[in-house]
Amino acid sequence: MNTKHLKRMLAMLFAFTLMAAACGGSDDASSEADEATEESSETGGDESGALSMAIVAPSASEDLAFTQSMIESIEALERDVELQVTDGTFVVEDAAAAIRGYAEEGVEVIVAHGTQFGASLAEIAPEFPETTFIWGTSTDTQGLPNVFAYYPAADQGGYVNGVLAAGVSESGSIGVIGPVEAGDAVAYVNGFAAGAEANGATVNIAYTGSFSDVALMAEAAQAFLANGNDVLTGSSQAVVGAVGVSREAGIPWFGTQANQSSLDPAGVVASQVYHWEVVLEEMLALRDGGTLGGEAYEINLANGGLVIEINPDYPGAADLQATVDETVAAIVDGSITTGG
Amino acid sequence: MSDFFTASILVATIASGIRLATPYLFASLGETIGQKSGVLNLGVDGVMLLSAFFGYWTVLERDNLWLAVAVSLVVGLVMGLIYATITVFFHATQGISGIGIFLFGLGFSELMFRRQVGTPLPVDKLPKIEIPLLADIPWLGEALFQHNPLTYAAFLAVPVVVFMLNKTTFGMNVRAVGENPQAADSLGVSVARTRFIAIVIGNTFAGLAGAALVLELGIFQQNLTNGLGFIAVALVYFGAWRPVGVMTGSLLYGLVAATVLQWKAQGIIPRGASDIASMAPAVLTILALILLANRVPAPAALTRPFARH
Amino acid sequence: MKRLVGAAVPVTAALVAFFFGAIMLLAIGASPWEGLKAMVDGAFGGGDNLARTAVRATPLILVGAGITVAFRTSVVNIGGEGQIVAGALLTTVTALALPDLPAAIMLPIVLLAGIVGGAIAGAIPGALKAYASVNEILSTIMLNLVMVQLMNYLLRGPLIDPAEVASGTRNPQTERLPDGASLPILVPGTRLHLGVPIAIVAAIAVYILLWRTPLGFRLRAVGHSPDAARAAGINVKRNVTNALTIAGSLGGLAGAILVLGSEGQRMQTDGSLAGFTGSAGFNGIVAALFGGLHPIWTIPSSFLFGGLLTGATQLQRSLQVPSALAIALNGIVVVFVVSSDRVRSRLDTMMAARAEMNDSGGES
Repeated sequence: MNTKHLKRMLAMLFAFTLMAAACGGSDDASSEADEATEESSETGGDESGALSMAIVAPSASEDLAFTQSMIESIEALERDVELQVTDGTFVVEDAAAAIRGYAEEGVEVIVAHGTQFGASLAEIAPEFPETTFIWGTSTDTQGLPNVFAYYPAADQGGYVNGVLAAGVSESGSIGVIGPVEAGDAVAYVNGFAAGAEANGATVNIAYTGSFSDVALMAEAAQAFLANGNDVLTGSSQAVVGAVGVSREAGIPWFGTQANQSSLDPAGVVASQVYHWEVVLEEMLALRDGGTLGGEAYEINLANGGLVIEINPDYPGAADLQATVDETVAAIVDGSITTGG
Repeated sequence: MSDFFTASILVATIASGIRLATPYLFASLGETIGQKSGVLNLGVDGVMLLSAFFGYWTVLERDNLWLAVAVSLVVGLVMGLIYATITVFFHATQGISGIGIFLFGLGFSELMFRRQVGTPLPVDKLPKIEIPLLADIPWLGEALFQHNPLTYAAFLAVPVVVFMLNKTTFGMNVRAVGENPQAADSLGVSVARTRFIAIVIGNTFAGLAGAALVLELGIFQQNLTNGLGFIAVALVYFGAWRPVGVMTGSLLYGLVAATVLQWKAQGIIPRGASDIASMAPAVLTILALILLANRVPAPAALTRPFARH
Repeated sequence: MKRLVGAAVPVTAALVAFFFGAIMLLAIGASPWEGLKAMVDGAFGGGDNLARTAVRATPLILVGAGITVAFRTSVVNIGGEGQIVAGALLTTVTALALPDLPAAIMLPIVLLAGIVGGAIAGAIPGALKAYASVNEILSTIMLNLVMVQLMNYLLRGPLIDPAEVASGTRNPQTERLPDGASLPILVPGTRLHLGVPIAIVAAIAVYILLWRTPLGFRLRAVGHSPDAARAAGINVKRNVTNALTIAGSLGGLAGAILVLGSEGQRMQTDGSLAGFTGSAGFNGIVAALFGGLHPIWTIPSSFLFGGLLTGATQLQRSLQVPSALAIALNGIVVVFVVSSDRVRSRLDTMMAARAEMNDSGGES
């Protein structure tokens, strides 16, 4: 397996040398790489009456965060879905083109997975009244009859993470790292701070100012460590650099959006995971009944759309479940407000 | 909220600045060598992305950090051969062909990453090595002598490049073909060969810059460099084509960025001013250049292809 | 004859793009035939896609025309990204500050605001180069970094859509601009808006400026030889500043059109430069090159690259091939074309010939 990978790697290296050298000679490159064909060709199963769905997302499908949470949720749906994916479309106009393209193709349900796509959707949705658009994160449907909206009450899971963080912190100082203060990251951070501070911890927050500067993110984590913060959390797909630092320093990390345990199997304590399938099922049920949109849904701790997943490999994981259950119950019955 | 001017915070900030400066230093040293020979390379960022990706992929698949460094170096070398060929033999417009290399590196590294890896899984980082005795010096030891081997290598490369440019025949040739290729040619110096070698060395440095970046982070993702290579090119102008000047620029850039982060972490910079504060390294680099009034002319033949008549 | 030589570059480029695109598709295990078909269809198949390509080409034409001015004056401009953002920001601020005026009054004002914003962002590195000897490569790169932070600050703070604050989503975007500030759609049912002809007219204006006006003559004289220009009594410093200011103003106009022609009728970002500009600041350089650094030829070449970009979206949609392929392809094509000695020498011959031809008629 390893040698096979190495061989393919060398072939790729060789291939790109040839290509960029701009001197023809393409035969070697193509034949070696043919084996990579399997993945992409699994479309075309609509004879079984599967629901055709498409997702347009700003980041990569495997980002261990926002986009991955939606892809996994669609895959977790009870019904037979034929899913097409256009990911990494962070330029809004490209995303708009993709959304429109799917609609023209006759895809039945299109997920526009990014708040920033809303303005484009307001133009596109009325042109395709038979198509259901699912858009988020947003708290309203912009009054469009064929748009469902979804929103995570990220402050709730943030609060639970904050409570856990205050419990595992010895210094009482907790660092929060983000790229830019925007989107549902803000709700998560506010909830986290509320939870941690209610349990006696101090929360320090820093935004690096860049979504893609992983090095800056890592150094922000280092800065927190130097200042005596001994637990870290962060939001967005760019936190991978920061998780690397906490992993190396052997300090606890709290994840959000998707289960981030794989980034640091011994250090990730818990992740707030988005289970969109809870609300997707409701939307699709309405659609089956002829209602194409018009409702906004929230995933939260009460409806099971937000789940705090404790990393079983974290030392002491067993003791945390009780705290989680207690806090979740208190948030659900309203005796704790999370400040979102 | 602790004080920024406590020794331990200062030490951490300096160490952080040095870590941030390392990839800039490698890349801008390489660019200095190339520009000294009269060749501008705007493709540094693309070369760094390619070398960073292949370095990361090597660690992921083979779990061997030194093999990864070697792979990154080879990727830089190969890109150097390509860039040298197109600029020296095909006389390509340098600024533009560099943009081409950048775009290729940006796109191809993402394509490969998305296809071959997908999830940004963390890998081992280069270990920190404490220099015996020096690392035990209070404060200073922790700030300067507890880094990974590539960081030491980057700073040790500064005197090596100084020596190479000023004391070796090759270095003399590099400067000669960068200032006056016609004269150098008439003295029997091969302009083509000298530039070719200078470019290959320069790109190999860019390869090491990619390795330094990715092996310090232990992670790869699309556009990992985030324009770092372009900043490295800018720092060559800041450093006025002198390795020590380039090192000063890299350290200035890294230390200012580290200080801003430190102040954000301590809440000294309010969150509302976070974006404005992030401008500091870029603004200070321009201001420093204006105030220092460092009026060193560029190598006279920079960006001019040479053809014998 | 000269026309044919000029056309040879884009045609070669297209062929090279197809060739290497096919190799890369094969290398990642997709069918090259299906891939190329998807790309061509996505770029040029049907009115809707053609319109999208034209819209995508618009900022490339403008940035490319600006690059032409800069490079003809021997000034490098890597600040296109920042200049686009500067123009977009000033346009947005102006449009939000004004009441909802009729388009005939509103549009000229907000477009001019974009031009002014970009001009400022271009004049700064221009003046720094001319009067403080700060290399323009350094200052334009650094200014890009400053502009992205300024954009984030403004769109998250003072300019954020109040509805985003109220709903708690805090997406960095402004509220919808007044209707009068929206670029009218020219062909109903497509995205083709007034920005496309504006860009084409601007490119033609740049051609006239460079070869039919005294200012253009001075710019090219400085580009040809600063010393000779100085000896001839031309103020080199002022013209270096002028060149970057003009290049910046064209980038700023591109930024204005990106905002005013967007589907959402507002400025929004994901926090990165490329998230707003779609990397037009870099791709515009590429487009200008294929146009042989000639503003008129920049127009078809921008359409080619606009097509590559829209085609990539389609490619990803139908074959699940990451659109990064198009970026890599861009790079390969650039490298190939600039290193093709024959193309280059033809380009040189063409430029020299045209320069001679026009100099005799354009002096005043």
